[in-house]
Amino acid sequence: MKDSDKDGVFGAHSRRTFLKSLGTVAATAATAQVNSVAAELEKVNAEKIIGPEAVPVTLKINGQKIKLQLEPRVTLLDALRNYSSFTGPKEGCDRASCGACTVLLDDLPVYSCQKLAIEAQGKEITTVEGLAKSGKLSPVQQAFFEKDALMCGYCTPGFLMSVTALLKKNPHPTTDDVKHACAGNICRCGTHPRILAAALQAAGVAANGTTKTEVINA
Amino acid sequence: MPSWPTETKYIGAETKRIDAPQKLTGEARYSSDIQADGWLYGMILRSKWPSAKITSVNLDKAKQIPGIKAVVTVDDGERTVRYYGEEIAAVAGTSKQACLDALKAIEVKATPLPFVVREEEAIKSDSPKVFEGSSNSSDPRVRENGNVDKAFSECAAVIEGFYSTPVQIHNPMETHGSTASWTDEGVISWASTQGISSVRDSLAGALKLDHSKVRAICDFMGGGFGAKFNAGVEGVLAARLSKETKAPVRLMLTRFDQALAVGNRPSSFQKIKMGALADGTLHAFDAENFGTAGFAAGGATGGGGGGADIPMPYLYRVPNARSSQRVVAVNAGSARAFRAPGNPPASFGMESAMDDLAVKLGMDPLEFRLKNDPSEIRQREYKLGAEKFGWKEKYKKPGSSGGIVKTGIGCAGAAWPAGGASRRTQGEAQINPDGSIEFRLGVQDIGTGTKTVIAVVAAEMLGLKPEQITVRVGDTNYPPGPGSGGSTTCASISPTVYDICNKALDQLQTQSGIADARGANWFAACKKLGVTPLTVHGQWQPGLSSDHACGVQFAEVAVDTDTGFVSVKKIVAVHDCGLIIDKLTLESQINGGVIMGMGYALYEERVMDELSGVVLNPNFETYKLPGIADVPEIDVYLINMPERGVIGIGEPATVPTAGAIANAVANAIGVRVSSLPITPAKVLAALGKVPPPVTT
Repeated sequence: MKDSDKDGVFGAHSRRTFLKSLGTVAATAATAQVNSVAAELEKVNAEKIIGPEAVPVTLKINGQKIKLQLEPRVTLLDALRNYSSFTGPKEGCDRASCGACTVLLDDLPVYSCQKLAIEAQGKEITTVEGLAKSGKLSPVQQAFFEKDALMCGYCTPGFLMSVTALLKKNPHPTTDDVKHACAGNICRCGTHPRILAAALQAAGVAANGTTKTEVINA
Repeated sequence: MPSWPTETKYIGAETKRIDAPQKLTGEARYSSDIQADGWLYGMILRSKWPSAKITSVNLDKAKQIPGIKAVVTVDDGERTVRYYGEEIAAVAGTSKQACLDALKAIEVKATPLPFVVREEEAIKSDSPKVFEGSSNSSDPRVRENGNVDKAFSECAAVIEGFYSTPVQIHNPMETHGSTASWTDEGVISWASTQGISSVRDSLAGALKLDHSKVRAICDFMGGGFGAKFNAGVEGVLAARLSKETKAPVRLMLTRFDQALAVGNRPSSFQKIKMGALADGTLHAFDAENFGTAGFAAGGATGGGGGGADIPMPYLYRVPNARSSQRVVAVNAGSARAFRAPGNPPASFGMESAMDDLAVKLGMDPLEFRLKNDPSEIRQREYKLGAEKFGWKEKYKKPGSSGGIVKTGIGCAGAAWPAGGASRRTQGEAQINPDGSIEFRLGVQDIGTGTKTVIAVVAAEMLGLKPEQITVRVGDTNYPPGPGSGGSTTCASISPTVYDICNKALDQLQTQSGIADARGANWFAACKKLGVTPLTVHGQWQPGLSSDHACGVQFAEVAVDTDTGFVSVKKIVAVHDCGLIIDKLTLESQINGGVIMGMGYALYEERVMDELSGVVLNPNFETYKLPGIADVPEIDVYLINMPERGVIGIGEPATVPTAGAIANAVANAIGVRVSSLPITPAKVLAALGKVPPPVTT
């Protein structure tokens, strides 16, 4: 589970808080008619209804404010990749299981395919394009480069964001911390041992129990 | 005969992937990232029936959806669909949301037909037929040598086993698809592919255009593993939609689509009887195998097919051997090449049988292999690996590990008979008066490090640094190169770059009058070109590459006998690939092969519902791939054999992993789980703790 879900800090629209509020309503439902629950929900939501037509949305991406016209059902990933030119975050599954779309919202890693763009307004959105500063790779990117922690590279932006978020929160992680932080990211090429080594190198932590290689000459 | 330099600076060293910075900063534009001017979304409507006669497809309502620019059918008129997920129609529109709405508005009338999705059912004579009037099963292909029946009576020990492997799905992180732009000048396809040439040729064929009117481009792509050679139905639909709308159309498959229609590894059901003489020499082998390659049973499909046969008795020479194999059609998506086609299932079946026979003979399984493996290279690799792994200290009799969590070890071997070179590979270089140099080859980098290999070889030959070499690949406008298949790319391009460099030096030295234009003299020599750059064409040369990589792997596992959970603790992978070009990217390929093999061993399986005919796990939640927490310690040992020239490694590295893990599990718990993937349920069933799964 991503930290965002766990902490429920994304206002009224996070999955956790949504479920919580539903839980309260559902308890009421035990004694009331189902219809009246629906009516109640409708009433609660009435003032907030926007769409289905496109609405103005302002996103702050890598420090830059971008104004877009989006249907409310457009995801943050779709907004980044297809309504603007931030194609660094990748679409691997579009259903919160691969992590290739991971971005930071106020330093917390989230699956951008599971966030509506309108919910991300007012947050600092960081994509992989925002990691390198003035042409210099970030320490995490540099470590991925040196350790060859990528092959096809399609999952790489997601892993970079997960590791970056981990090191912001925990600058001296253990091997298990890295594994936990990257549990929501899938790689098909099999770069995992190198990602582990790169994350630890970026943190300046000695790696043990990862991969080693030896060339045997004839 | 040309030969590689013996003293090298870059060849065999660690060179960092030259395109990594682009991939790490998000600057790399993958096929799915292409934003051509005025581009539209494309999406495909797929069959919800595993088998049906389609009588009509009404597009009228879909065309009325706001934002929709074109809707087309795959075929006009009545047709039969033969699997859940077969393409019926496609839409193009201004947003993903509009396309989703339009797909729902397409009205399809169909008469469902009987279907069959399980191989064991399909092979029966009274099962529903995938193609009306023809058998689901091919005739058996039989190979026989020696006198098998007599030989069994001479054996000291004989085992009989039934080993099965599931259909495995490629699941590259980037799905299949492309952006297509059809203008008066022709078609450009920015395709996620491992074969730009085959994309161009297959598109031209399907669209009835000259090859010269079709261009395929692939700067960056997100993995293929054998499933992405041709344009496919989706590539052709993207081009047709572009023609209709007069706009570029990006049509990338969904993850769901990916599991249904664009390839998989065939299943195998291997019945193996095998016997050895008292001294441990293999003497008799008799096997039957069948598997499915999907509805087309290995026939031609949009993406290229393949049979379901596997090499038997794989690595070993048995003097008296018989094998009989059939491919069985079922109502499911067609198979395609998948990393070392035929080899991982063959390795799993044969290496399992080897361990079972070793146990029956009372022999150490490693000794049994050393007795029977005809390859000198693998003999050496087994001995080296055993020492590094600590085989002698770790080996215990099967099932003798104490406690609830039992440990075990196993090993298995690989062969990759392909992996040579494409002899027609060509390329060119442009050397500019300022000393900059650009290589152009019509190959593609699918994540294996192709661009880096070109830079390393060029830097070595020219006395420059890899970062001074500009590499351009992934465009059919460049001189032709092979598809990235069969682990042939490295062995195809390295000699080609070698040839280009030699010719470039010859010409540069003649034109400049500088006797040795390499290294320190490079810039002075280039300056003498004046204002006209030098372009040089080269091609693959013999003597610099070869084939037949081997490889062996050792696995150590822990099996929780209460939960059935298997965790892999360590893999020792010993591989050879001739002359090592870039150690760093080579190691990455081996790690990747091991991890993919681990998925095959423990997690991956396409599950089909026999009542509805649908794929039940077309996603990453229920089709399980190895994650970072599952990955063991992997120690890689590379046997450097520069005298053999360059050999590819991508495929041999994934072949033996599943067999080694399966043997380690059997060694740990003392009984064999003979069906992949080795799930907790199968482990517990093998231990007699739960009833075996019901398969009727």
